[in-house]
Amino acid sequence: MENRMRLEFDAVSVNESFARVAVSAFFAQLNPTVDEIEDVKTAVSEAVTNSIIHGYGEKEGTVVVTCTYHDKDSEVVVIDEGVGIADIEKSMEPFFTTKPELERSGMGFAFMEAFMDEVSVESEPLKGTKVTMKKRFGERKLEE
Amino acid sequence: MRQSYQCKNGQLIVEMPKEIDHHCAKELREDIDRMIEISHVRVLVFDFSQTEFMDSSGIGVLIGRCRNFGYSGGSVQAVHLNDRVKKIFMVSGLSKLIPIGTEQERAGGRVDGE
Ligand SMILES: Nc1ncnc2c1ncn2[C@@H]1O[C@H](COP(=O)(O)OP(=O)(O)OP(=O)(O)O)[C@@H](O)[C@H]1O
Ligand SMILES: [Mg+2]
Repeated sequence: MENRMRLEFDAVSVNESFARVAVSAFFAQLNPTVDEIEDVKTAVSEAVTNSIIHGYGEKEGTVVVTCTYHDKDSEVVVIDEGVGIADIEKSMEPFFTTKPELERSGMGFAFMEAFMDEVSVESEPLKGTKVTMKKRFGERKLEE
Repeated sequence: MRQSYQCKNGQLIVEMPKEIDHHCAKELREDIDRMIEISHVRVLVFDFSQTEFMDSSGIGVLIGRCRNFGYSGGSVQAVHLNDRVKKIFMVSGLSKLIPIGTEQERAGGRVDGE
């Protein structure tokens, strides 16, 4: 079956938990394992937090999250209209951060890549950033 | 947020929150630093028994505290990690920086931060 939802919310940190809970509730239909849904929650938290901290620099803005699924294939897209990323490849390297003074560890993209099957980033300076993440549920049958 | 701490035998045991993300990171960091400052301990223990969620914001908080605490010659460990938090420790490599301990005595004088 196919399904889709779209969330739009203020770029404030209190919405980080809202976003990950809403996304996990939407995918609950697919009967993901606890581990799979926790993976998605972490990845969503990373992308949304990045939009708030880096994209908007904790200033006002709007974050849009859309989720779709087609059978067991899920997709999450997180969009902001913030400052954008000049060098996407570099920013995705583990430990790379432009905000070390805020004790950021540069692990956000590494987590998204570790916990989702596919991550792609489109961004343009001063225009914004779009992170697309895909995961197929029920691939691993480890926990029975 | 109300952070719980115990000081016992030169150990500061910090009870970590249920969800550790960017939203709570600043307050958590300030709380822990304040407790470290007033307790004069040599061993810092992060107790994750209540923690169900942690993302990279938590990694930042832990690495920062570790670094500051290490400078003053103290040692750090983490206890009571559920499978999820353990996975976050493993994937991030944090487990190489903060040893994951096993059982930890939970009795002792309780000090509540705010
Ligand atoms: N939405 C965004 N808008 C602008 N820049 C971004 C965005 N997302 C990521 N970046 C840039 O990419 C870098 C790496 O992001 P990543 O999430 O991996 O690490 P971090 O956010 O700096 O640290 P951590 O996620 O560990 O707290 C950021 O420091 C920032 O420069
Ligand atoms: Mg990040």
